[in-house]
Amino acid sequence: MVRYLVRRLILLIGVVFIVSIGSFYLLHLLPGDPTAVILGTGDTPANKAKLFAQLGLNKPIWEQYFVWIRNVLRGNLGTSFISQTSVWSVVKAALPIDVEIIVLSQILAFLVAIPLAIRSARRPDGPLDRILGAGSFTLLSIPSFVLIVLLVLFVSIKLGVGHTGPSSYVSLSADWIGNLESLSLPAITLGIGSFVVYYRVLRSDLIATLQEEFITLARSKGISARRIMWRHALRPSAVALCGTAGVNIGGLLASGFIVQYLLSIPGLGYELIESVGLSDYLVVQGIVLVVCVGVILINFGFDLLTNIVDPRIRRE
Amino acid sequence: MSSSLIVHEMVEEAHDRPARKKKLGVLFWICVGWLVLNFIGAIFANVLPLEDPLFQNYAVVNAGPSLHHLFGTDDLGRDIFARIVFGSRVSIEASLGSMLIGFGIGAPLGMLSAYRRGKFDSVVTAVMYVLLAFPAIIATIAVLSFWTPRSLLKIIIVVGVASIPLVYRVIRGATLNYSTRDFVVAAKVQGATDRRILMKELLPNVAPVGVSFLLIGIATVVTLEGALAFLGLSVNPPTPSWGNMINESISILQTNPWLAVFPSLAMCLFLLCLNFIGDRLRSHFEVSEGKI
Repeated sequence: MVRYLVRRLILLIGVVFIVSIGSFYLLHLLPGDPTAVILGTGDTPANKAKLFAQLGLNKPIWEQYFVWIRNVLRGNLGTSFISQTSVWSVVKAALPIDVEIIVLSQILAFLVAIPLAIRSARRPDGPLDRILGAGSFTLLSIPSFVLIVLLVLFVSIKLGVGHTGPSSYVSLSADWIGNLESLSLPAITLGIGSFVVYYRVLRSDLIATLQEEFITLARSKGISARRIMWRHALRPSAVALCGTAGVNIGGLLASGFIVQYLLSIPGLGYELIESVGLSDYLVVQGIVLVVCVGVILINFGFDLLTNIVDPRIRRE
Repeated sequence: MSSSLIVHEMVEEAHDRPARKKKLGVLFWICVGWLVLNFIGAIFANVLPLEDPLFQNYAVVNAGPSLHHLFGTDDLGRDIFARIVFGSRVSIEASLGSMLIGFGIGAPLGMLSAYRRGKFDSVVTAVMYVLLAFPAIIATIAVLSFWTPRSLLKIIIVVGVASIPLVYRVIRGATLNYSTRDFVVAAKVQGATDRRILMKELLPNVAPVGVSFLLIGIATVVTLEGALAFLGLSVNPPTPSWGNMINESISILQTNPWLAVFPSLAMCLFLLCLNFIGDRLRSHFEVSEGKI
């Protein structure tokens, strides 16, 4: 276990390092004089000098990286010259909203996917399995941005449910019921997207597991079908599910960005798109760095979880 | 929603499913027909008797479907049907272009590493593993937001490069399944060149996996174009693309829901056909990619 952990940790650090170089280099992709582009409307000599010091622009490029990474490690992602706020404060205000949406959507997805997958696996190619198979396949072809448009059309415009339409976000501290209402459509949209994947993965794995010998043994011992399913079959079948959930998180965040933008929910995605529109590149860079590192850490977490669920993987 | 991640996911899933040979069926051919129709529309959009997708006719703003305008018109009086046909060009060009890059680099590398094994394999695989740990979608968004001015070619390059490790993984896994089989060994014993073994013995066996993965890849890029359009990172308006059209429809959802319905439908049908064909092909050829 220790050796495995060490190897994974080294890979983790390597990837985070490369991500940091990538995020750093983003600013150099800007055409022309980057300072003029970054400063935008705040292009005054005083600001220019400040930015030069902040990014160390008069030094060679590898030294610039160290200036930048030292600031980042101290929690200083720079100051936006357009809104005059620190990038970190923008990220800190927006991040909890993304986390809340994703947690809600995952709870929904697992709550629906696990029981349905178990039901389907009990009778493969039965009526329920066929209906769910076709349904999940269709849902797989509906992008989240189409789904959220349809949901807004029906739930908030036709049915007129409160707090669900665009620009009706209520913060958690103000009113938690209103907050749940305003985040319900994003959570349902992302939840459906994840549900489809989790259902299909768990179902096929469960079917494969149920044909193994230890299940036959359990059956012959007279253990109830219910107990076999939950105690014997679910755990070995959940390996791919954990892996998938980890890999899913990047796509989930990206879908979340679009949904937030459409409903004007001030999460990371909304800030990101606003900043791209305003050419506020330091904010974009900060959000990209935080999100990338976050995704990598979550992946790492799910990797460890997979290990706990099925210790056999470590030996490979 | 769907993304490289789901592609990855479906690959794993295909491995675990007990293989059984299915007939292709009528639905399969209907899907193929629909895709061919889409492709013909995209290629010959200029020649077909369509209205100019950029022509603004203020006499018929936000009209519903009629004989003159099959799918109605948008808030600037542009014909939605023409815009959908022309819009499919962006999706198809972006997906084919990026898959050309992804498969052009990923597939040969994958086949070579699986065939050669040894040091070459372990180095390339390690590099690809690090690249796979990258959140590809976020990286794509990041690079495209900085690499201005935006154009379709840049989208193709960024998405194409991001797809290389995925293609590599799938093709390597598929080749690995065959590279130690008897017929390959027999060819080697007979003194066939590496080139001949790769092209004549391995490629025909790996091709079905490649094709079904290609279809899913195209579906992913079409979705991604839509996502990028929402983030303002796709082709610039007024150029029509499915993503741009859906995005533009949001602000006038209440007055003209048709504007959202038709491009969404066009995109979903296209994706459904791609996914269905890919899925059927996979079970038809009893493909199992194998875990790496």
